[in-house]
Amino acid sequence: MSRPLLLCALGLAAAIVYPLLVPNYLVNVGMLIFFTAFIGQSWNIAGGFAGQTSFGHVVFFGTGAYTSTILQVTYGWNPWLAWPVATAMGGVVGWMIAVLSFRAGLRGSYFALITLAFAEVFRILANSVSFTKGGLGMLIKADQRPINFQFKDPIWIYYLALLLCIVSLLVAWHLTRSRFGARLIAIRENEDAARALGIDVFAEKVKVLTLSGAMCAAGGTFYAQKYLYIDPWIAFGVDKSVEMLLVSMVGGAGTIFGPLIGSFTLMGINEVTRALASVVPAFKNVQPLSLVVYGIMLILIVARLPNGLMGLFARKPRNA
Amino acid sequence: MLDPAFLFAGILNGLLAGGIYVLVAVGLTLIYGVLHIINFAHGSLLMLAMYAVFWLWRLLGVDPYAALPVVIAGAFAFGFVLYRLLIGRYNHGRDENILLITLGLSIVFDNAALLFFGGDTQTIDVPYAGTFVEIGAAFLPLPKIISFVASLLICAALGLYMAWSDTGKAIRAVAKERQGARLVGIDVENIFAISYGIGIACLGAAACLLMPTYYVTPTSGHAFVLVAFTIVVLGGMGSFVGAAVGGFLIGITESLGGLFLGEQLGQIGISLIFILILLFKPTGLFGSKA
Repeated sequence: MSRPLLLCALGLAAAIVYPLLVPNYLVNVGMLIFFTAFIGQSWNIAGGFAGQTSFGHVVFFGTGAYTSTILQVTYGWNPWLAWPVATAMGGVVGWMIAVLSFRAGLRGSYFALITLAFAEVFRILANSVSFTKGGLGMLIKADQRPINFQFKDPIWIYYLALLLCIVSLLVAWHLTRSRFGARLIAIRENEDAARALGIDVFAEKVKVLTLSGAMCAAGGTFYAQKYLYIDPWIAFGVDKSVEMLLVSMVGGAGTIFGPLIGSFTLMGINEVTRALASVVPAFKNVQPLSLVVYGIMLILIVARLPNGLMGLFARKPRNA
Repeated sequence: MLDPAFLFAGILNGLLAGGIYVLVAVGLTLIYGVLHIINFAHGSLLMLAMYAVFWLWRLLGVDPYAALPVVIAGAFAFGFVLYRLLIGRYNHGRDENILLITLGLSIVFDNAALLFFGGDTQTIDVPYAGTFVEIGAAFLPLPKIISFVASLLICAALGLYMAWSDTGKAIRAVAKERQGARLVGIDVENIFAISYGIGIACLGAAACLLMPTYYVTPTSGHAFVLVAFTIVVLGGMGSFVGAAVGGFLIGITESLGGLFLGEQLGQIGISLIFILILLFKPTGLFGSKA
């Protein structure tokens, strides 16, 4: 067995055993790590591999969350059946935004800003129209049975998040080995050169944003089922967009494990500040500190370490 | 259904709000026009300036209008140093990188403000806040009129400075032709830092003019960042006239949107304009062909 494969197997074994050994609170933290890694990976596929930096990825997340919740609450669907529909809707929105933006030739910062504007439009609509119940948000009736995509024991939602995370890692792994992935990387490195080589740049970019949107929407449904409540700010607010971008960038954009490492780091810093806040009374308002630290990490990484924290690992063999 | 007096009041209110937007957008468009960077931290820097105005008033009792020179100078110095220490070092390579760095800055500023100032909404009580002026059917708050006039005067002063001062001429030279400017002996890096400083100084002025009628929270930056980008894109990236016209148009759009579509849905106009302009006329109203 090769060394990376061995490490993966060990990591997987640890992830499976972990929730059996720790209290529920820490199971929940683990769940959040894998969930954030999953939606981070959906950002990474478009933003990292294909270089299409998005500031409004939450538009897909919210589409997924609202689609499955509306089907469930208003039309009485089973959430497991609503999940694939929500995922497909995310793909449709991704396709739509991609066709509009890339046909207009938007690149780089302009693409980033237009995704932000799309997310704002969706947020304002969700806040105003009646079928999303506006600013009140939507409540999913609690009925903790697996058939309802609700679990009494947090361990099951943890394993589901782990499964999602593994699927997203496999997608990313596939991208590093497939022709599709190679074309995306060519587009990221130099779009004009990629076009000159005969790559249909427009089609590939539309494809990748559709895939990314679908994945992110699947995460939206998962989130709605875990917390049984969504509102326009949770579903379409800028905070989640930033979180997805941050974990990928900090962990390493365009790398397989970047979002997972980034998510692990973000939650780690989060838990440390939370613990600090609860133990030392003088620090009871230090929660925002974790994001201050994370913002500084983002700046340092963009400036000094383009491959993120993964870059630290990759460098080791060469120096050894 | 449509009462013209009502409409008139809506447009006047939009114009008044637009006056301050112009100031915010002029700073953004100056930074873009000279440096070719998209300053995503613009909203957060405005929020910091608004807190500066608030604390000057709370701790020292300085009236927001009297604070103008101090806050403008402070904002210029802050912008200048920020550029020299951080932004200027990475102002090369992919344009997304600088966007990500300024995003990182805005995350740091927003959360630092939350950490130190708390999440409460802060307002300033000025004695003249309740004074209204009647124009036709419209009752307009006096501070908004003062701010509107002051904002236009500051923009005009900036325009004159850019047109006639040596520094202004150097800034315009660098914006037009970087290499050529360097060849005739202009210290381009210094001009970059000064331009960034002036852009942030505009925010300092806007903060002073906003605070008598507005409020500040650590998330105030979010409210302005998309508005500012929309104005700049609508007017044409880098165009001063565009920023001015765009500012008024967006102010009116926002005001009429709120009037016809309600408080919630009314905000959609700005984001839609932003999307439509980028999709169909990315050079904006006054932008040159890229």
